[in-house]
Amino acid sequence: MSEIPHLLVHDHDDSVGVVVIEGLEANTDMLVCVTHDNSTFRLTAGEAAPIGHKIALKDLKEGDTVFKYGEDIGIMKADVKKGDHLHTHNCKTKRW
Amino acid sequence: MTDLSKATIQGYRRDNGRVGVRNHVVILPVDDISNAACEAVANNVKGTLAIPHAYGRLQFGEDLDIHFRTMIGTGANANVAAVVVIGIEPEWTKTIVDGIAKTGKPVVGFSIEQNGDFETIRAASWKAKEFVHYATELQREECSISELWISTKCGESDTTTGLGSCPTVGNMYDKLLPEGITGFFGETSEITGAEHICQKRAINEEVGERWYKMWNAYQNDVIFAHQTDDLSDSQPTKGNILGGLTTIEEKALGNLEKIGRTSQYIDILEPAEQPRSGKGLYFMDSSSAAAECVTLMAAGGAVIHTFPTGQGNVVGNPIVPVIKITANPRTVRTMGEHIDVDVSGILRRDQTIDEAGDALIEMISRTANGRNTAAEALGHREFSMTKMYRSA
Repeated sequence: MSEIPHLLVHDHDDSVGVVVIEGLEANTDMLVCVTHDNSTFRLTAGEAAPIGHKIALKDLKEGDTVFKYGEDIGIMKADVKKGDHLHTHNCKTKRW
Repeated sequence: MTDLSKATIQGYRRDNGRVGVRNHVVILPVDDISNAACEAVANNVKGTLAIPHAYGRLQFGEDLDIHFRTMIGTGANANVAAVVVIGIEPEWTKTIVDGIAKTGKPVVGFSIEQNGDFETIRAASWKAKEFVHYATELQREECSISELWISTKCGESDTTTGLGSCPTVGNMYDKLLPEGITGFFGETSEITGAEHICQKRAINEEVGERWYKMWNAYQNDVIFAHQTDDLSDSQPTKGNILGGLTTIEEKALGNLEKIGRTSQYIDILEPAEQPRSGKGLYFMDSSSAAAECVTLMAAGGAVIHTFPTGQGNVVGNPIVPVIKITANPRTVRTMGEHIDVDVSGILRRDQTIDEAGDALIEMISRTANGRNTAAEALGHREFSMTKMYRSA
């Protein structure tokens, strides 16, 4: 792939992608790659996020389940907008 | 990639047929109060390695069983040529010497009571010197890569481990397990959130059910019995969270990428237990703390450890080379001295998982042939005993 992706997504049904470049800034027009089949799409980053952190691929409401690897990884504790940073401030485990 | 069925490494074939990739003469304390004597012997005799640790007195029951298994397994490991065992008293010392002696390798025990440190160190040093002469004359010989016992456990994970370094290890297992290697994975607590998937990766339903019982017992006996509040402060760790991991479920799903797409485990091992069901992949019931887990798997017989890291764990082991793999380009930049295999190309999409797996297999071969890992070069020799409960 000639352009390096900003965000990698494991599975087509996932709610989040992972920032894979350093210094991602708000309003960046991101190249997003789904690793499952290397398909790509564009998404605008709503917020800055460090490498390794997650960006929501769609609007999520408090109480929504978050999917990654096509699996349940936790529950939203606050709303998040498509393109914004999703982490411990708005998402939590269902286990403990 | 060359034909793996014909791939060879230069290893040390031990009397029991097992293949080692290092040739240590170990000075092994039975207990914490024998550490000083062991370190004195290792100081007297160059080319020996003392492995001090914190326990070994007044342990009982399952806790004592794990202690003996870890001590005996460490001495029995094929990376060890010969062992001097030193304990405060002769009985438990003999238990460990006899356990190691079953491998056929040279092992002698010394006890300190009624001898004192001076006399013990004098007698043990003579024996250690004899063992160094013996070990340094052993030659490497050609062995099949399939004779390696390879363990894995990841550490300071982040989201890049699930994307890159763990699938790299998984690809290696998918390629080498069919060739006949013996593999180990574990980290019981870090399967939480992916237990439904892990259970299904057993070779059959009976093994899967035993695995689930073991995992569930850990949840009930350890987590729920000892938790004081939410475990979110420990799992994921603070380092994991800095790296972008939000929940234990997310961490577990990334962790489980280490067993690839097709690999199935054939049996379950107690902590530090040696495999008894033949070649294949084993799940070892183990802590997710890096040094504890690598120590247990080394005692189980692993001679090379593959260690995916995201944020940059620095762990090593006294007797087993620990190969560090990372896909995080920031970690490569900020702490590259700890990294043996850089698979950050996976994140840039200019390296496939298949290519990364081949790169890891090449590094495993080079490490087996004698290349020191980053952890060995930097002197990381963390040896950490698993303690179940308070001693008597």
